[in-house]
Amino acid sequence: MTIASKTSNYNIKNAIHQGLGAAWPICLGYVPIGLAFGVLAQKAGMNPLEIALMSILVFAGSSQFIAVSMLSAGASAAAIILTTFAVNLRHLLMSSSLAVFVTKATRKKIALFAYGVTDESFAVNHARFSKNTWDLDRALVVNHAANITWIASTIIGGFSGRFIPAGAFGIDYALIAMFICLLIFQLKGRLYVITAVIAGALAVALSLVIPGNSYIVIASMLAATLGLGIRKWVSVHP
Amino acid sequence: MVQPEYLLLIVGMGLVTYLPRWVPLFLLSRRELPAWFVEWLDLIPAAILSALLLPELVTTGVPRHMALWQPELLAAVPTFIFALKTRSLGGTVVVGMLLFWLTGKVL
Repeated sequence: MTIASKTSNYNIKNAIHQGLGAAWPICLGYVPIGLAFGVLAQKAGMNPLEIALMSILVFAGSSQFIAVSMLSAGASAAAIILTTFAVNLRHLLMSSSLAVFVTKATRKKIALFAYGVTDESFAVNHARFSKNTWDLDRALVVNHAANITWIASTIIGGFSGRFIPAGAFGIDYALIAMFICLLIFQLKGRLYVITAVIAGALAVALSLVIPGNSYIVIASMLAATLGLGIRKWVSVHP
Repeated sequence: MVQPEYLLLIVGMGLVTYLPRWVPLFLLSRRELPAWFVEWLDLIPAAILSALLLPELVTTGVPRHMALWQPELLAAVPTFIFALKTRSLGGTVVVGMLLFWLTGKVL
């Protein structure tokens, strides 16, 4: 074995190790949601193979839940696909904000990385990328660990119903708790706090008046724009 | 066997999910972005995490209505303080789950 290949083996092991270290809270949170999705999908008439195919090709929790409930209600494929598109538009923002960290990556790797961008992997990877302790290989490990957990839990749910009773050990709160900590990582200064407060308040207000989840995109874009405006205003009026 | 109408649905959903994930990464990683846009993108994670999180804590139901006295919010306050003090992601997840579970027992 040459020195170069030893180093690259070591790097791969290191990337897997650190990637899994970052991914486990996501995986923990995905298990109950994936099981629940499998149960619902099976009730809506999907078999485990179809559930597996959907989790592999779509890999987006909220739109999969919505699709299944629309299927149960007898909606058309076109209506479900259109709704899925609307629900997942928020990924435009997440991928945009991840793009600045992968400028040196190959197109193939970027195409693979894009597949795994979820609310959760975005937040975990962005936090580490912005501390300069991360690279695309580690980010890919995070994405695919979450992906495999999601696919496996939805299939198990589809076969067997719930192994874990609803609400056991507070596992339903895993992702919320993770988001609380990831939000704190993002509060890197006063302007970030102000932006987050504006976004949160707008999101709550909008979520009460408009159906669906478009409040996430609208509130985030408005808040970031206002945040930028505040920064400009402060720099002109010191 | 995969029923043909499900196959069509799943492939369609897969496409409209993948495109918003891939297009910005593909287009924006290959060019120099204006400074204001980079600053704007830098604020997006704080905004989007807050926009995802807060409605889950203070609203419930379909259609959504305000609900402050619920375990989601009551457990979030000490979880937030724990995260702020320790800055440990794994620890926060475990402590948050425990607090949520306990709050559910008490309420």
